[in-house]
Amino acid sequence: MDDEFPTRDEDELHTRLKAYEGRAATVAGVGRDPVNAPMIRHWCEAMGDRNPAYTGPDAIAPPTMLQAWIMGGLSGHGGRARAYGELLALLDEAGCTSVVATDCEQEYLRPLRPGDEVTFDTVIESVSGRKTTKLGTGYFVTTRTDIRVGGASAGTHRFRILKYAPAGHDLKDRDQDRNQDGDRNQDGDRNQDRGRQEAARRPRPVVNRDNAGFWEGVRRHRLLVQRCTACATLRFPWLPGCGTCGSAGWDTVEASGEGTVYSYVVMHHPPFPAFSPPYAIGLIELAEGVRIVSNVVDVPYDKVRIGLPVELEFRAYDDDSVLPVFRPRAGEAAA
Amino acid sequence: MSVRTRDSLGGRAAIVGIGATEFSKDSGRSELRLAAESVRAALADAGLTPADVDGLVTFTMDTSPEITVAQACGMGELSFFSRVHYGGGAACATVQQAALAVAAGVAEVVVCYRAFNERSGRRFGSGVRHREPSAEGTALGWTLPFGLLTPASWVAMTAQRYLYAYGLTPEDAFGPVAVTARRHAAANPAAYFHGRPITRADHAASRWIAEPLRLLDCCQETDGGQALVVTSVERARDLRQPPAVVTAAAQGAGRSQEQMTSFYRDDLTGLPEMSVVARQLWRGSGLAPADIDVGILYDHFTPFVLMQLEEFGFCAPGEAPAFVAEDRLPLNTHGGQLGEAYLHGMNGVAEAVRQLRGTSVNQVPGAARTLVTAGTGVPTSGLVLTADGAVEG
Repeated sequence: MDDEFPTRDEDELHTRLKAYEGRAATVAGVGRDPVNAPMIRHWCEAMGDRNPAYTGPDAIAPPTMLQAWIMGGLSGHGGRARAYGELLALLDEAGCTSVVATDCEQEYLRPLRPGDEVTFDTVIESVSGRKTTKLGTGYFVTTRTDIRVGGASAGTHRFRILKYAPAGHDLKDRDQDRNQDGDRNQDGDRNQDRGRQEAARRPRPVVNRDNAGFWEGVRRHRLLVQRCTACATLRFPWLPGCGTCGSAGWDTVEASGEGTVYSYVVMHHPPFPAFSPPYAIGLIELAEGVRIVSNVVDVPYDKVRIGLPVELEFRAYDDDSVLPVFRPRAGEAAA
Repeated sequence: MSVRTRDSLGGRAAIVGIGATEFSKDSGRSELRLAAESVRAALADAGLTPADVDGLVTFTMDTSPEITVAQACGMGELSFFSRVHYGGGAACATVQQAALAVAAGVAEVVVCYRAFNERSGRRFGSGVRHREPSAEGTALGWTLPFGLLTPASWVAMTAQRYLYAYGLTPEDAFGPVAVTARRHAAANPAAYFHGRPITRADHAASRWIAEPLRLLDCCQETDGGQALVVTSVERARDLRQPPAVVTAAAQGAGRSQEQMTSFYRDDLTGLPEMSVVARQLWRGSGLAPADIDVGILYDHFTPFVLMQLEEFGFCAPGEAPAFVAEDRLPLNTHGGQLGEAYLHGMNGVAEAVRQLRGTSVNQVPGAARTLVTAGTGVPTSGLVLTADGAVEG
């Protein structure tokens, strides 16, 4: 297939697929279980691996178990970003409804030990041109997952799948697809449902190496503010250097959770599925002096005002996402 | 202009051609074609041909690369091409880039352009739901999970604090800006809101978008293209149109600057980045607010027009609502982005040129000194454009 010229439709599909390269597939994923001895033992028994490094008080996990700590299990991945679902839906729509995992590459940067809690981010690294294999014709999708423990890199897991139309089935162009009845339309409906469910979720936090510590803190119900170790200036948002003195050194202080509404907005339009307008968003000035954007909860949107004393609370949204929000301090609700 | 010392750019270059497509809600053609059409129109206006062009400047947000516009317009070799970042904050800086290139002899004729299907294609007002974990994406990411997702909402956060600081209502503070723009647009056949002025009551009755901003505080969304031709003042004097001399040009970013969410600094009642621009423009031009005949101040949302007037010193902090209500400065005479079109500020630069030529539909008699600004609430830029000879070099 490589030596054939693609048709315009194929070209167009490839361009649309390529646009997903570099986009996040999972943001701020959290391993379902901490690294633990029972899973290690089961793995070693299944593999017949008797390496003594994997048992005893100083046991490490077999490096090749890396993927085991980030798998979603039968119930699927909670933290997947919309882009990955969209990419797969595009391929489904083009007739590439089958999937096979082809290979994976891993790099091990430090051993994992029982008790380690892994966090991870996955990006869509590449989408190949159209390829024909014995299984059928389709596209290779490669994702790269960076796995961390306590903010430090532990390893990289590169995973490749082939999404393909089984041999004997043609790739469909989109117009044909729309005219089909039966299974494909049902697939289409399922894809739309998936799209709607994704759309109803709040936008995910945007997490990278510079701010992962903040979101890690939120997950543990601690609101962490950076503090410059050279000049002691507190700063928010998180950045890898001090805007006051330029020093790169920092530690964190945990916010007391007390604050006041410094400004606010009441959102009316356009509507976003995850939110019910009108709703209030506050710019909260913390007692420590830094400001953070958050929701003001437990008070009608039209009772939010500048100067309202508020206090921190952590709330779970969409099952898997914890956010720091603020409620009026006791006795202040409908002032 | 440097932040600290006066530069030597003033009086070296001029805008000699302006060209635009129609402003619509659905252009029916590609963004590249809109760019090419506006570039050709601007060159024709200047009496130049694509073969004369050796430089192109646009926005980082533009989807039409300089090299592709050059091909589509029949240009030859280019010796200068450049892009400016931060959305609408780039508008006046494209002219600054062109003037720098011309003054340094890097290029002779530079065209600045911006073209998009912002209404029929990707609408900025529909908001952001996702950002990549780059430094830039992460900066915006602090607001997204909480539902602060649109440009209107980012502006509203600062606007609310402005109202609070000066004890103003949104109707009294923002209404005059909307009414003024729509009055000028009503007389402008090129404006989307041609023939449709509004009253203060219309403004006050319009629905909330992101409180304290109402529908009529928000600019429209537009499909279209706008181009500007820049060359040396010497060459400009031999061309068809009276030159609009770049007497001062400046960019500005403030301390603790964020792209649109600068919520973590100072008192949120002004636009510190525009203050950086203002100080440079006044020093570079030798002019003061009282010398300005027409102000073209970026108006994607009404509140930031007020803050700009205050940052430039046209009035004291908190007094801009009255300043606008009393029509003390001819303001956004094309109708602004609220009334004419949202062309990321480039149509405002064209209006300043028309005022200096004496061809605006809302002409200010004898207009010789104009101030133009670019996107607000973002790292931004500004220009003082003057008639040839109106300012001593």
